[in-house]
Amino acid sequence: MGRKAKFTEGVVAKKGPGRKTKKQKDPLFSKALIDAKESNDAKLSSRQRKRARKRIQKVEQRKEKQLLKTQSPSPHDNSKESSEESSDEEELLLKPSKAGFSDHNNQWLKPKNKTSSKRQLHKTAEDESDSEDDEIEDENENSEAEVDESDEDMEEAEDDSEEDQDESEEEQDSDEESDNLKVQKLNDLDSDSDSNEEDNFSPESDDNDENDDLLPIEKESKKLKKRQEKEDKLAEEELQLNIANQEKFIFPAKGSEDDVKSLQDVQQRIREIVSVLADFKKLRDGKHSRSDYLEILKNDLCTYYSYNEFLMDKLLQLFPLSELLEFLEASEVQRPLTIRTNSLKTRRRDLAQALISRGVNLDPIGKWSKVGLVVYSSQVPMGATPEYLAGHYIIQGASSMLPVMALAPQENERILDMSSAPGGKASHISAIMKNTGVLFANDINRDRIKAVVGNFHRMGIINSVITCMDGRNYPQYMKGFDRVLLDAPCTGTGVVAKDASVKTSKDEIDIQRCYNLQRQLLLAAIDSVSAKSSTGGYIVYSTCSVLPEENEWVIDFALKKRNVKLVSTGLDFGTDGFVNYRHYRFHPTLKLTKRFYPHTHNMDGFFVAKLKKFSDVIPKSSNDTDEPAEDIEDSKRAAEVSDEEEEIESPKKKAKISENGVNVPTKLNGIEKKTKKLDKKIKLVKGTKEKVQKKKAKIVNQEQISEEESNNTKKKKRSKKADKLDNSKTKNDNQANKKVEGISKTNNVKAKNKKSENMKNISKESKIKNQASPSLERVDDSTEKDKGKNKNKNKKLQNKAVDKKSKISSSKKSDLIEWTDVPMDAAKKISNKMKKNTKKTIGKLKPRKSDKSSKKFKNKK
Amino acid sequence: MRRLSEERTRILFEKLSKYIGTNVKLLIERPDGLYCFREQKDRIYYVSEKILKWANNMPPEHLICVGTCFGKFTKSNKFRLHVTALSYLAPYAQSKIWLKAAAEQQFLYGNHVAKSGLGRISENAEKYQGVVVYSMTDLPLGFGVAARSTAECKHADPLATVCFHQADIGEYIRSEEDLL
Repeated sequence: MGRKAKFTEGVVAKKGPGRKTKKQKDPLFSKALIDAKESNDAKLSSRQRKRARKRIQKVEQRKEKQLLKTQSPSPHDNSKESSEESSDEEELLLKPSKAGFSDHNNQWLKPKNKTSSKRQLHKTAEDESDSEDDEIEDENENSEAEVDESDEDMEEAEDDSEEDQDESEEEQDSDEESDNLKVQKLNDLDSDSDSNEEDNFSPESDDNDENDDLLPIEKESKKLKKRQEKEDKLAEEELQLNIANQEKFIFPAKGSEDDVKSLQDVQQRIREIVSVLADFKKLRDGKHSRSDYLEILKNDLCTYYSYNEFLMDKLLQLFPLSELLEFLEASEVQRPLTIRTNSLKTRRRDLAQALISRGVNLDPIGKWSKVGLVVYSSQVPMGATPEYLAGHYIIQGASSMLPVMALAPQENERILDMSSAPGGKASHISAIMKNTGVLFANDINRDRIKAVVGNFHRMGIINSVITCMDGRNYPQYMKGFDRVLLDAPCTGTGVVAKDASVKTSKDEIDIQRCYNLQRQLLLAAIDSVSAKSSTGGYIVYSTCSVLPEENEWVIDFALKKRNVKLVSTGLDFGTDGFVNYRHYRFHPTLKLTKRFYPHTHNMDGFFVAKLKKFSDVIPKSSNDTDEPAEDIEDSKRAAEVSDEEEEIESPKKKAKISENGVNVPTKLNGIEKKTKKLDKKIKLVKGTKEKVQKKKAKIVNQEQISEEESNNTKKKKRSKKADKLDNSKTKNDNQANKKVEGISKTNNVKAKNKKSENMKNISKESKIKNQASPSLERVDDSTEKDKGKNKNKNKKLQNKAVDKKSKISSSKKSDLIEWTDVPMDAAKKISNKMKKNTKKTIGKLKPRKSDKSSKKFKNKK
Repeated sequence: MRRLSEERTRILFEKLSKYIGTNVKLLIERPDGLYCFREQKDRIYYVSEKILKWANNMPPEHLICVGTCFGKFTKSNKFRLHVTALSYLAPYAQSKIWLKAAAEQQFLYGNHVAKSGLGRISENAEKYQGVVVYSMTDLPLGFGVAARSTAECKHADPLATVCFHQADIGEYIRSEEDLL
């Protein structure tokens, strides 16, 4: 008990100044109360309202009576001498009566019975009392000069006003009729006779007088009309002036560029210039070119968003103007906080419940992710909740989940994350693999690798090997990964919101450094993947930059240097990568890459590309030996040169394609017949083998359709072997065909090389064309089949020692692909068509052979 | 990556058995493949042999961590468990302590557990036995050493310590640098 007492004492002591020292606050009244004070009418009951209306009417009627009495001796005496009030009443009284009998209204308004006219009178009085008070004031202000204006105008004005009144009457009739009727009956018992008689007669007299002394209200309305017109005119002029102002954006003189001081002005000018540039033909001033405008715009954007000129230049090149502004705006705003559920330890629903109970307001991130959550607000720090510490989730940007989804890791694979710190994506990979297989998480930075260690242990990832080395050296230590994720270091132009220092710190040289590193890393990543992997052979390249130099260009480079092809990322949103960017012409398959922008997707600017390695052989023809040693300048030059080359090449390619597409088949037709016999023999011999192959091919195809090239079959392995063979033939141009006996005629080598190069290009193009059709996988199938066929054929040819031209076979093959392939649309049909396909591929043997024979003839000649 | 010496293996298993008793052998004999303890730079890693095989290809100077780090041997050759071992201790723990929600935060900042914060305790906990600390929602928060046996706890003063703090998951953010 003693302790208890102590406790209470302690509590009391802690309470501070004590209750009585507290000052009572000023009373707070609810809004409703305050409102009620101000406007009591709102709360009046209907009866109260009726009574109030009656009261008003009584007062008015009384006034009318008085007026009538005073006016009756001198009805024409409508001078300005009378007081405001009196004139007011006059109008109220006279106007409606006139309304009843003016020519225009005769059709419908007839003074049949007293009550109706009375009704009108009262109503109009009520209606106009408010509106006309103002007019009267105006009237007093204005001189009488305007009094003598033409009659026609007057009449028009009259009519207008009357019509208005009538309308308002009609509207209100239904509401007020009953009330008014009652009221008036009561009121008018005594006043009926005078008022109505007056009503009947006064307008007529007024009509006569319109010319000299108009009713004040008429004058008023006339004046108003005039004024209105004037105002309208002015407004229109002003509007046009404004438009003209806008249109004629005054190009600042050279010295005066510093005049614009405030950010507001800068923003204004940005808008103006953008509008000018949007319709440049119309809105330009004659003197200045588009580039002049752009120069100013760029400077303004730089000052307003505090970018350096270089980066703004890049962005201007990248985005159309309207989009640029959106991008810049979006880059100023932080993206919403997103977390990823660790599926190893919990489920998203459970996590969401736990977090909601901690006062966190969250939602699923979207349909595309089953583990992402968006946090709108939270009362606790998201990086320090017990759930976080227990590894139930990790804070990760929405965009960071995309590369992992594109990578699509499978269980029991060996996967490498080349630059993994701080381990968000790597842990995601591991979670998808369900802690099976092996995950190599590498990073070059020893400090940042600690974060990977911490995150992995927190998230309960046990299948990891964490290494710290330069990713470029990775293939020296380990190769043969099933998949590699390369989230390359970049300039970070997509995450300006996270780190604003990018705006000012980046320069041409930084970007060069970045893309050089990225290229080397990507080549290393490709080298460390095994093309023979039964389930994989994929490389995902991602950056948090939006610049094509760091994205498309790097991929394009890799496509040239290694035996890789782009495949669909499997992400169903995002904008496609650039194929053409300024003067660059990238590989057409680059449209399979995905770009993400802060302003369109509300996630960090991001780029994702998925590559599939189809051969482990490193092509020697491309001089990649000097690549790693390249310093920045050289690489830049080389890259530019290569780009130029490509540009030059591209028309050639097309020409060749057209040749091959059209001419070759016609050539082949003639020789087909001859070769048919030979082929039949071949078929007979190989028939059994091919049947087996067909079946296997079917299986493969079906699987590939259903999944994503995931399942391993013997067929695939075989095809890959064949693939390897092919590549060795095609790519090792000069050294090629050591395996194949007695081949190379030295005189033809050069020509062949040229041809094969061209053919390679063509094959690329043709593949691309095929890939444009919805069934991507099918292309692979056909190529693989071809390869299989090639293999068979090669054997045959070896036997017959005919295969001098086997070098070119692959290129021919590509022609054939283009020639024979029938684009398929529906996935349903595929299974049906598979049979046909296999037949076709069998059929392909003929033209190929014939082709060769034709070539032979040529060579002989 | 080295095999542990006999002595170190003994020390390690003695330590582990304080927390998970005879369940230690469950760590070694697992149905899903061979797992083993390996030592690198005095740190002990618990890892599947399959992964170890791959990891052995990497030069040790580049290798940071393989599998799960259990703890480290001190210079005086004692073994100290790290919080990273919690994911293996928690499921096999023999004696457990549950903390009231109010005391969770205190524990996660590295403080000992007082009687007032004790929500539940497993019955058979002995004095100075290793215990795993849970929150009331069965979230493992860390581990420590029982300062009193279960019976003593019942009669203990509310402010008296029932569990000495050894490691808690707050270390993941408090001392990420020193996790290994």
